[in-house]
Amino acid sequence: MEQDLSKVTPLVYESRIGVPYNWWAGKTASRFFETIAHDKKLAATKCDKCGKVFVPPRKTCPECFVDTNSWVSLSGEGTVVTFTVVTRKLAALGKRNPPVIFALIRPDGADTAMLHILDNIAPEKVHTGLAVKPVFSENPKGHITDISHFEPV
Amino acid sequence: MAKKRVAVVGTGQTMHKSHRPDVNGQELIHEAVKTALADAELTINDIDAIVIGNMDHFEGINYVDCWSVDGSGGWMKPIIKLTTGGTTGSTLAIGGYHMVASGLFEKVLIIGWEKNSESDTTGAITTAFDPIWDRLVFAGAIAGLAAEGMAYMTEFGITDKDAARVSVRDRKHACNNPYAQLRQEVTLEEVLASPMLSDPIHLLDVCPRTDGACAVIMASEDVAQKICPTPAWVWGTANRHTYTYVGDLNLGEIDSMKYAAAELWKKTGITEPRKQIDVIELYQPYSFAGIIWIEAMGIIPRGKGAEYIWSGATDMGGELPINPSGGVIACNPIGATGLIRCAEACTQIMGKGGARQVPDVNLAVSTGFGGCFWTDILLYGKQKPDF
Amino acid sequence: MENIAIIGIGMIPIKANYKTHNFADMAWETVNAALADAGISIKDVDNVITTSNDFWDGRTISCMAVGDASGVREKNCSCVEGDGTFGAFYGMARILSGSYGTTLVTGHTKGSESISSLITNAAFDPIYERALGPDMISGCAMQARAYMEKHGLTSRQTALVSVKNHGNAKHNPYAQLPMDISVDDVLASEMIADPLRKLDCSPVSDGCCAIILANEEKAKKLCKKPVWVKGAAFTSDAYFLGDRDLADPRSLVAAAKKAYAMAGITDPTKQIDIAEVYDAFSYQELMWLEGLGICEPGQAASLLEKGDFAVNGKLPVNASGGLLSGHPVIAAGLYRIAECVRQLRGEAGAVQKDGAKTAVAQGLNGVAGQSHCVWVLGADK
Repeated sequence: MEQDLSKVTPLVYESRIGVPYNWWAGKTASRFFETIAHDKKLAATKCDKCGKVFVPPRKTCPECFVDTNSWVSLSGEGTVVTFTVVTRKLAALGKRNPPVIFALIRPDGADTAMLHILDNIAPEKVHTGLAVKPVFSENPKGHITDISHFEPV
Repeated sequence: MAKKRVAVVGTGQTMHKSHRPDVNGQELIHEAVKTALADAELTINDIDAIVIGNMDHFEGINYVDCWSVDGSGGWMKPIIKLTTGGTTGSTLAIGGYHMVASGLFEKVLIIGWEKNSESDTTGAITTAFDPIWDRLVFAGAIAGLAAEGMAYMTEFGITDKDAARVSVRDRKHACNNPYAQLRQEVTLEEVLASPMLSDPIHLLDVCPRTDGACAVIMASEDVAQKICPTPAWVWGTANRHTYTYVGDLNLGEIDSMKYAAAELWKKTGITEPRKQIDVIELYQPYSFAGIIWIEAMGIIPRGKGAEYIWSGATDMGGELPINPSGGVIACNPIGATGLIRCAEACTQIMGKGGARQVPDVNLAVSTGFGGCFWTDILLYGKQKPDF
Repeated sequence: MENIAIIGIGMIPIKANYKTHNFADMAWETVNAALADAGISIKDVDNVITTSNDFWDGRTISCMAVGDASGVREKNCSCVEGDGTFGAFYGMARILSGSYGTTLVTGHTKGSESISSLITNAAFDPIYERALGPDMISGCAMQARAYMEKHGLTSRQTALVSVKNHGNAKHNPYAQLPMDISVDDVLASEMIADPLRKLDCSPVSDGCCAIILANEEKAKKLCKKPVWVKGAAFTSDAYFLGDRDLADPRSLVAAAKKAYAMAGITDPTKQIDIAEVYDAFSYQELMWLEGLGICEPGQAASLLEKGDFAVNGKLPVNASGGLLSGHPVIAAGLYRIAECVRQLRGEAGAVQKDGAKTAVAQGLNGVAGQSHCVWVLGADK
């Protein structure tokens, strides 16, 4: 048999991994989604030790490492901390078509910012410090897209 | 010789269950961490570094070391992820040992976890095998185990009834363990009558799928006894991850256990493991392993495992109890499983075993199994090692 | 800390794809290169740490693919998931523990085999974030804006990093993208996620790197030109991007502080001769240099403009061409270490910094530099 591999054309073996996931949101995140569905508010947790208010809500304070037993209800109105306008059709965007504006939004009354999408604004008009509010989906499904997007106040 | 001798000074486990819908992964981790810190009477501020692991495709979360910090306590701390498949938990224990023994960290928190309810366990495991040669013809973990069981049965003439005796033992032991998932005895008849999954393995011969987390705190000899009056000293560790392809396996005689155990006994001066060791927490994902692997470990000569099991020597009250916790057949949150073996073995040395306590444990062994018939093994002692 | 040395390095050229190599083939070539470099055989290797990631490899237990090729069959071994600098740290701890005299550490990635946007999307929280569609580029783009706005930096200034590094790569036989480009070329390249343009981003790459660590006794016996580990440390910041001040790399600051304390470095601005940092994006090189204490926060861009970080500058940074010129994710930090080793041995050819005695290498895990690992290496013990 031929001993030399130089004439062999390397094969690309196509495959994909498909593993289904059912992520248990846990009671803390479930409260967040329930509150959106019932009250159209953002439920945040508060650390009784350092007083920090977390959105997304956290069962424990990462810094104090204690359970956060207090809940706070926020309107969701807040400010843009930073953002990007995605103009290439990155695969992670899925069904969304560019331009897509990702932003970290700090809701009024919270000490952290949450990741979401800005819409109903021209990309060039977005700036750090912009005041925004959440627009809730008509049919909440217990999903992060129950907040359809944020838009200028 | 270790630069710093290392001891386990605290352990924590969740109440392991088939489903934990009330918490997400990092919240589950936090439960085990909190319990371990309370057991050692330490706070997260006392911890110098964290070693964490799971198997990525069971939860589908990339960079778990980063994602988990809210629950693990890794905020502004060194946190590192180790993962080696089923051996992940024992790999973590070995990792924690080296981190402390190196003198780089005094107190290290080790976390293994899995939420197997969140995915298709067999679907994910199947991707462990070579995409071109093995993946399309290999149905997850059970096929390899069945092949091993069958090879051994053929060589030594044992039957599935012999293996069932191992399941009966572990499920009985599990009733003494509040953390175990399946706390209900089974009979030989029930095991043999349970559905055949992959000949010769019946449903009650194998591990369940579990949601659970385990945390272990290791500390250097400088502080270990101040934290815990009777810590479990790590005497030594060894492992072999010998094979890559299923077809390379020496089925029916687990090479990785044979070589890893032999190395560990040599390093730690163990000459008669059956007599010297008081208890073993064996990562035994199916009943046949309870016979085959203790032979490879050098506890009993090859071919004599079944007879030894039937003698009752490995039951509670026997000469060498195996799996007082109920083992893996009663509970298997995969990334935590090897670390649970470590925690349980150390619990025995610390004398904190409650209803599952084996009297007067001086030397205990824990193992891990995974990958392509890989083995990790650790030896713990009540006495601080003088080597 | 007891003295630990790097006694061998092995790299394969970083490429857009290695159709000719599977993971094992890459590891085999790299491990043998490292053994040859050290002048030892696999028998001299006491234990092995492989570094890989199941997501990037599309394989559960990804370490299984490279075990045989890395010589683990009769040895103790383990696998770190994350950047290779973390694997090297564990490899070092296993020597310091007194268990082994030498550790072989490898890291591999084939970015060409998957879709990096989806792989990095999986690093975002599955419940609160992932379905929105973020990935490494969009996550880091938000960091880039936060950093640039905080210090009043322009895209023209950050683009200069890309110009420098692609230019440096022309002298590196292992680099994927050696290029003569200008700042205007960077600014004219496709906008991907504002403010990051195509030439601000590192490419998708395949690569594999290995290093061999040894204790002092073995290093003296086996190696003519050991490079010494002076310090190493790692630290993680909070997970959620919104929990952090993205413009302040505090976990890098903490890791660097610890590594410098081990190495006896009190003034990194003066005591470090060369740096290989994790420039996955152009702005990151500047931000990490500040986090590493090599200059004050907000000052890196102007020092870059002055030429301080050029190959012939005060403190050459990514003289190898950095990750902008080739970014095999998991192996990336090990390549940084290996490039520092080449400098400290005086083997870096056209980009050699004369008399380089002390080098810093950096690796990281997570989105927007959550968890950093810092290594200080020295030519002298």
